[in-house]
Amino acid sequence: MSSDDLPDQGKIRPAPESFLDSDLIESISRHGVDHRRRGLLQSAFGAAVAAMSGAVVASDQDILTLPEWSRTLGKPVAANPYGQPSIYEQNIIRRQSPGLTQTDQASVAFTPLQNMFGMITPSGLHFERHHQGWVDIDPRRHRLMINGLVEKPIVFTMEELMRMPSVSRLHFLECGANTALEWGNSAVPTVQYTHGMLSGSEWTGVPLSLLLERAGYDKGAKYLLAEGADGSSMTRTINMENALDDAIVAYGQNGEMLRPEQGYPLRLVVPGVQGVSWVKWLRRLEVGDMPYATKDEASHYVDLMPDGQQRQYTAIQEAKSVITAPSGGQKLQNRGYYNITGLAWSGRGTVTKVEVSVDGGRNWREARLDGPVLPKMLTRFHADWVWQGETALLQSRVHDSTGYIQPQRADLVAVRGTRSIYHNNAIQTWRVKSDGEVDNVQLG
Amino acid sequence: MCNWARWLLAFGLMVQMPSAFAVDYPAELWQLGREATSEEVAAWDIDVRPDFAGLPPGSGSVEEGEILWLDKCSVCHGDFGDSNEVFSPIVLGNVTDEDISSGRVAALTDPAVVRTTLMKVATLSTLWDYINRAMPWNAPKSLQVDEVYALVAYLLQLGYIVDYDFVLSDANIAEIQDLMPNRNGMTTEHGLWSVGGAPDVVGSACTENCEVDVTVTSYLPDYAMNAHGNLKDQVRDYGPFPGIQTAPVEDIAAPQHKNDNAAPEAALAANGCSGCHGLDRALVGPAFTAIKERYQGQDAAAYLADKIRNGGSGVWGSMAMPPMSQLDGETLEELVSWLLENN
Ligand code: HEC
Ligand code: HEC
Repeated sequence: MSSDDLPDQGKIRPAPESFLDSDLIESISRHGVDHRRRGLLQSAFGAAVAAMSGAVVASDQDILTLPEWSRTLGKPVAANPYGQPSIYEQNIIRRQSPGLTQTDQASVAFTPLQNMFGMITPSGLHFERHHQGWVDIDPRRHRLMINGLVEKPIVFTMEELMRMPSVSRLHFLECGANTALEWGNSAVPTVQYTHGMLSGSEWTGVPLSLLLERAGYDKGAKYLLAEGADGSSMTRTINMENALDDAIVAYGQNGEMLRPEQGYPLRLVVPGVQGVSWVKWLRRLEVGDMPYATKDEASHYVDLMPDGQQRQYTAIQEAKSVITAPSGGQKLQNRGYYNITGLAWSGRGTVTKVEVSVDGGRNWREARLDGPVLPKMLTRFHADWVWQGETALLQSRVHDSTGYIQPQRADLVAVRGTRSIYHNNAIQTWRVKSDGEVDNVQLG
Repeated sequence: MCNWARWLLAFGLMVQMPSAFAVDYPAELWQLGREATSEEVAAWDIDVRPDFAGLPPGSGSVEEGEILWLDKCSVCHGDFGDSNEVFSPIVLGNVTDEDISSGRVAALTDPAVVRTTLMKVATLSTLWDYINRAMPWNAPKSLQVDEVYALVAYLLQLGYIVDYDFVLSDANIAEIQDLMPNRNGMTTEHGLWSVGGAPDVVGSACTENCEVDVTVTSYLPDYAMNAHGNLKDQVRDYGPFPGIQTAPVEDIAAPQHKNDNAAPEAALAANGCSGCHGLDRALVGPAFTAIKERYQGQDAAAYLADKIRNGGSGVWGSMAMPPMSQLDGETLEELVSWLLENN
């Protein structure tokens, strides 16, 4: 898949910058690049490269020519009352995987991990997974009910919930089906599609344990049913252990109210547990003494094993990591230094170590972890790499605070087969080819 | 008991308590929220458990179920629950008598067999509960209790679990549970449920000269690289790692004439229209070309705009179109004129 490496601004091989004469620049900026101008561009570039071998570094036109933004009055405040990313960032959006689902309402749109930094997912880029479309609920008409094995069933308004003691915590959210497409073979080209049902956010709300205490829950109860207020009225059984530990009934996400696609005005946050349990548009919690076997834990979100048994109530997201850049679909432009970067997380605790391999897992070196390293939250890692144009197989591997180490795909498949759909936390391999193109591959 | 002591009791280990919980809250906190009335609880507490707790009394026959199914469900799931158009099949004829007697669907080990709902589900309550809360997909919670019984009965008959003259009711549903073909097919023997569960696969800690097979066994062939669109446009287009050009360059370089006849695809997709209307294929609603045929040449713009905004049924069948009240005036106008003239 060799591309026509048109050397245009900012995405070029190390180019002698001022290889264009002013007439051609004029003509391109007026008419754009068409076939004729592209030809001229290429020959100008070639000539410039030839001139370069003389090792005279020409001056940069982007420095010499004062750009228009340095010569104008800028836009007023609140021109965008709700701020928007730069117009140059239009490639960085959520995307569906064509043909993955039959409808757009029972579907998923993936987060563009390949271009993100740090550990927080901007709320507008948070992946979407709905089963019956998303709704925008009037918070004044929204209620939360707690019933079942409680002293008294209780209802709360949003006003009451938002008056209560609140906590803000950083946690990752990963769909149980993240990386599901990769069980059998390399199926999708970029990390957006292989791992993009993943996010890290600050969630604000009331500790679930406090609300259960308020309702006088039965201390012997082992299960909780969480139910949404949307058309699907999504239901999931929550382990009481998780509920009392660190679960939150959240209304806030990254400093603002939840986005409607994330369950505005109320969703459950169950740290370390797969996304489907973080019931959105939360309207009811029922305390109970047996699991509920709801559709999304009895027919879907069950993990089929090679012997035909289905693992039910697979909730916890085991430790996993992935290199986000360079990653599939990207292209290295030069030899030399690169900062390999990625994300690591564990649903059972804290990331303690991440290792990176550039030779398909034969040799590993420890990566640098960006702080703060928090329990059940994304951790950003970095590793230095000097690329000399060789074919490389990039992998990352995480260790967590329970001593768990992320497995190679072959080891995971040996036990679980390739048809379990959910909970694929295998080590991901990206191949860097000698022309710099990166693709998604599987080994051995 | 003071609140602080209550908290200690409730949570046991102080050390594990997130800091916010260690606070001695004023008693007034426990007055926020009010007791729900029994009517309120009844209105919302609709779940049905595997032991059928929560199941309202009622009954419905396979025969009634078939009529309801053809009226309200078959557009999406197919006449026999076998359609793959909108969602994976609910029933295909691949559950055997042996499965029903053993409670394990043998075909689940066969990768060539499509997994249907009836092959997977172990609990009959699941079907009742889900149909009652979420189906039909475009009009959830519109079914009567007896209708849900009838529809579940019909699905059971499609799976040859009951006969055509069967009537399902709260009185006999537990007996039918004992016939569910995959009732013994679920396990909770795994490490992913309880917080301290033991993992089934753990990676190696080896860091040098590790024995791994580094043969590339799978990768995307060239033709598949563009299956998700041009990757160059999906990655930040400057910086160290711009995207690979996966679409033929000619497509990109060609001047982009705005095609006035093009479907306003973005608006159709963003508003969910394409989920229910195919361009020339009826899904839940009529095909867009059929709509054009019906109204072309008539002064129908205002009528259609109103129908789209407010929804309704009866013109094409009993299936309702939900109100699309989120549409702004301009998009609505654009859609209507496209519907009438250009599509
Ligand atoms: C407009 C299309 C549509 C109609 C009409 C419809 N369904 Fe569905 N149905 C779906 C979709 C889509 C799903 C999957 C939703 C999801 O992803 O969670 C589904 C899921 C189901 C499931 C669960 C399948 C499983 O594997 O868990 C059952 C059972 C079901 N529908 C029954 C019905 C019945 C009964 C009716 C009629 C009363 C009906 N459906 C009408 C679209 C439809
Ligand atoms: C949930 C499914 C669904 C969605 C989403 C949906 N429609 Fe419909 N639509 C229907 C059904 C069902 C009918 C037939 C209604 C009837 O028989 O009166 C229909 C009918 C129509 C008609 C013909 C109306 C008439 O009275 O003849 C138009 C026009 C139309 N839809 C446009 C749209 C547009 C535009 C959108 C998106 C903004 C949209 N629909 C979204 C289901 C849907």
